[in-house]
Amino acid sequence: MALLGFLIVFPLVVAAVLLAVRGDGARNVIVCASAIIIGAASVVLVGSNLGTQGVFFEFSSLALDFTCTGVSVVIVGIILAFAVKYRNLLAGALALVQLVGALVLEFVFAHEIEVPLGLYFDSLSLLMTFIIGVIGSGICVYALGYMRDFQAHEPEGAKDRRPLFFALMFVFLSAMFVIVFSNNMEWMFTGWEVTTVCSFLLIGYTRTEEAIANAFRQIIMNLAGGIGFLVALYVCAIQLGTFSFVEFIMLGVADPALVAVAVVALAFAGITKAAQMPFQTWLLGAMVAPTPTSALLHSSTMVKAGVFLLVKLAPVLLMSPVPSMMVMLVGGITFLLCSFMAISQSNAKRVLAYSTIANLGLITACAGVGTPEAVWAAEFLILFHAIAKSLLFLCVGTAEHHIGSRDIESMDLLFDRMPRLARFMMLGIMCMFIAPFGMLVAKWATLVSFVDMDQVALVIILAFGSAATFMFWAKWLGKLAGIAGSPENVEVTVHKTEWAALLLMAVLLVVACVTLPLISTYLVEPYVTSIYGILGQDISTDNLWIASICVAIVVVVLFAGMGGSPKTRKVDVYLAGVSRGADERSFQNALSGTSVATARNWYMDDVFGEKRIAPVGVVFNSAIMVAALVIAAVAPTLL
Amino acid sequence: MAFASKSPWVIHYDGSSCNGCDIEVLATLCPGFDGERFGVVNTGNPKHADIFLVTGSVNEQNIGVVREIYDQMVEPKVVVACGICACSGGIFHDCYNVIGGVDKAIPVDVYAPGCAVRPEALIDAIVKGVAVLDEKSKALKESKKRGE
Amino acid sequence: MTILTTLIGTVAFALIAPVVGCLLAGLDRIISARMQGRVGPPLLQPYYDVRKLFEKESVSVNSVERTYVGCALLFAWVAGGVFFTGGNLLMCVFIITLSSLFFIMAAYSTRSPYAEVGAARETLQVMAYEPMVLLLAVGFYLAAGTFDVGDVLALDAPVITTIWLVFLGLLFILTIKLRKSPFDLSMSHHAHQEIVRGMTTEMSGPTLGLVEIMHWCENVLFLGWIGMFFVWGNPLSIILAVAVVLAVYFLEIWIDNNFARVKWQLMLKSAWAVALAAGGVNIAFLAFL
Repeated sequence: MALLGFLIVFPLVVAAVLLAVRGDGARNVIVCASAIIIGAASVVLVGSNLGTQGVFFEFSSLALDFTCTGVSVVIVGIILAFAVKYRNLLAGALALVQLVGALVLEFVFAHEIEVPLGLYFDSLSLLMTFIIGVIGSGICVYALGYMRDFQAHEPEGAKDRRPLFFALMFVFLSAMFVIVFSNNMEWMFTGWEVTTVCSFLLIGYTRTEEAIANAFRQIIMNLAGGIGFLVALYVCAIQLGTFSFVEFIMLGVADPALVAVAVVALAFAGITKAAQMPFQTWLLGAMVAPTPTSALLHSSTMVKAGVFLLVKLAPVLLMSPVPSMMVMLVGGITFLLCSFMAISQSNAKRVLAYSTIANLGLITACAGVGTPEAVWAAEFLILFHAIAKSLLFLCVGTAEHHIGSRDIESMDLLFDRMPRLARFMMLGIMCMFIAPFGMLVAKWATLVSFVDMDQVALVIILAFGSAATFMFWAKWLGKLAGIAGSPENVEVTVHKTEWAALLLMAVLLVVACVTLPLISTYLVEPYVTSIYGILGQDISTDNLWIASICVAIVVVVLFAGMGGSPKTRKVDVYLAGVSRGADERSFQNALSGTSVATARNWYMDDVFGEKRIAPVGVVFNSAIMVAALVIAAVAPTLL
Repeated sequence: MAFASKSPWVIHYDGSSCNGCDIEVLATLCPGFDGERFGVVNTGNPKHADIFLVTGSVNEQNIGVVREIYDQMVEPKVVVACGICACSGGIFHDCYNVIGGVDKAIPVDVYAPGCAVRPEALIDAIVKGVAVLDEKSKALKESKKRGE
Repeated sequence: MTILTTLIGTVAFALIAPVVGCLLAGLDRIISARMQGRVGPPLLQPYYDVRKLFEKESVSVNSVERTYVGCALLFAWVAGGVFFTGGNLLMCVFIITLSSLFFIMAAYSTRSPYAEVGAARETLQVMAYEPMVLLLAVGFYLAAGTFDVGDVLALDAPVITTIWLVFLGLLFILTIKLRKSPFDLSMSHHAHQEIVRGMTTEMSGPTLGLVEIMHWCENVLFLGWIGMFFVWGNPLSIILAVAVVLAVYFLEIWIDNNFARVKWQLMLKSAWAVALAAGGVNIAFLAFL
């Protein structure tokens, strides 16, 4: 328990120190040291509790409850201040609603409710701890070098807000630990709101008009989700008389009708946080934030809080058809449509954003199905997506600073220009969509669990969505794979901290893929058995090992089998006629002048364009959620 | 045993021919003469081809193209000049822009005269070319063995 | 245990499939020639071609192209090994997709304008056929109660009796997978097309030889999928399966010789429509009834 407390409090202390430190050198030392400490503490916690069935700690304090309320008030204060400054009525109104709601809850309904077992961890929390502690602190280290370049690219005289940036990153880590360790739903809610406001401030980091607009879009949607969470808290306080999350889930499994409204409201909160359609626009807008923010908050951790909540609710969802149907359909449709829309994007960060939303959709759908097999798959999706996506975001961030663009079309010849980075990026991409890497093994399990539950719609969605996924990743991979001549190597100026973080992610990815069967035994299966009492796993261990072996082969080929001088005679490409310079593909044209052959990827905007597809998902998913809310509120007994 | 002679893949390039020879070249591959009986395939890609069939003479415009196609073909390779224009320039030999036969640009192994060249002559030429191909293939193998 | 079986199966497949695939390819060329009123080459012509390719000088446009092609071939063998030792059908599907990806990357890595167009089209082709392939695996699972191909030998009736719609869908996309006209967008076995030789434009000599062997192996694997529909507990059913496979192969050759290449829009739409209609309806039927 001391370790849990340490993981929650230590980042806060670091954040306070970082806010005061203005020198680059001191900041580097502090961030690196504390990242190593947090990472090590997380690893120790995970390592010493492998296979745990869940451990609860007696810990409750009225003072802490009031502190949480106080934090909520501060958060609302910050949002209100920004809302007034930038004249955003809706954000202000929502913040006020939340403030009143939180205060009334605390002082009218909740002051008598006590949760004796305030803190806990089980294998799912440990999985999240690993992601937050190791990947999260890795990203913080990466941010050191990245933010120095970022500041250098800013116009002359721009204010240096880096102390605030790093402080927010560490506050965020602490808030995430609160979410995964709290059994008290009030505390969880506070952590939830802190992540929202951290994200708000980080999206608006540059204070440009676009950044502010996107930040407000984020805060409005997430405040709405927060109000959903608050509704659930009210139901808990009034109907159930407890804030214990574990008790809530047990009550829900025993009597789904009793908690119907709360479950739908919580699921709604999770869906907004996980940026499922129709809320996908906030995550897309969040891509204006500096890349480490996108990596940490908007792909590997904060949005995972949303699906973490949904996966926790999975046993309840298994028992209650209406909320389950809502979560499944919203997730499934989001997966399908966002995979389609990713095809039409050429901005690398937007492709990553769409892919993130799509994968979160898949996890959401798994949670909605709620069987042990689906939860097994969802946990692996969470893990591999977190590692692979943060690797990809960091790669794109570094590439952007060295080739001056985040457009995939500009990544032509990256294999030559930034050889190491391109290999990391290729590894990340392959992990996202192709067997035998982890993500696809998880998708495989997902498919089987859908079939077993006779979810025909989800099976078809998965089949078509996966096909689209292949398209947009493979064409990006192709862009990276091109080799011609020997263009200048531009990666010599990449900061050491960036390499360290990239290497960490890449190693984690390979290790996680190769040791997938072990992770399954020691981290994922214990959670599944502790919740359901039975083990559900759709893929035999033998097949998992075959996949591991294939991963090892691919990785060896990617990093050892390529490069070096060709053993065979090198020839130029065929350009049908007279070439002028084969490396840049220029040839003699019909007028004896010089033409250059260029090729862009396919985006098929008229088929898969945002304008065509996004409205479908927004309308459909909104209708589903409204219907589910109405049914849960009006006729919970039907459930 | 050399397999080059069993699978002569050809590429056809029309230098400045009047199209008479081109039609005959394609006729060689069509049902009437069915070049594929002997494994002849028209590839359209110098990197896959073993035999280069050139029709028409070489001039200032196309000499670069002829040379590039030849350079891009992979050893062992054979050039067949198809028709009298490709052999020597033919009736166009004294035109202001004509340089001459294909051998002015690249080394030619087999000359197939005719105006236009008959499919029978062409098949004979390819058979001759295939013998040359085998020789070159053998030479390549030996040089590989010697580790060159 | 499974790992060892798969390994042995992979080695066996790597030895046998090229022989079978080569003979099938020779048959294809003879039958095609007869359909066009020609005599055609000897049966072993594809073998002569590949032997010749390995005799040619070894050149390449970059140092990685052959590594990618080698990986594509290796994973095609593994996929075959998984399938023919009665392994998991989904595993087989995923590994053969990995093989396609490596082939696509080989084409992209050359940076030839023609190969790039070919690779982009190949990517599109994968997108077009992938839903049906996944639905094939799901349909098989619902019909046989397992993903393990080997378990068909314990069935009382072949899976074709319950998933004949899926079979029709597979027939449709088989044309894409076998690279037959009208869906040979990314590369064609016939000369004279608008993108020279598509994905293999820059591959020459031994590299092209490896590609040819890969296609033979892939063809054997895909025809194995066809045969799988007709095998059940009765040992004689293997003969039936072989007969059906040959008939289907003849049908594909007939289609190849009778249809002109289509545009990508039509390919994508028709393949997805077929997947939805054939696969979706069949699976819904099995799941709900």
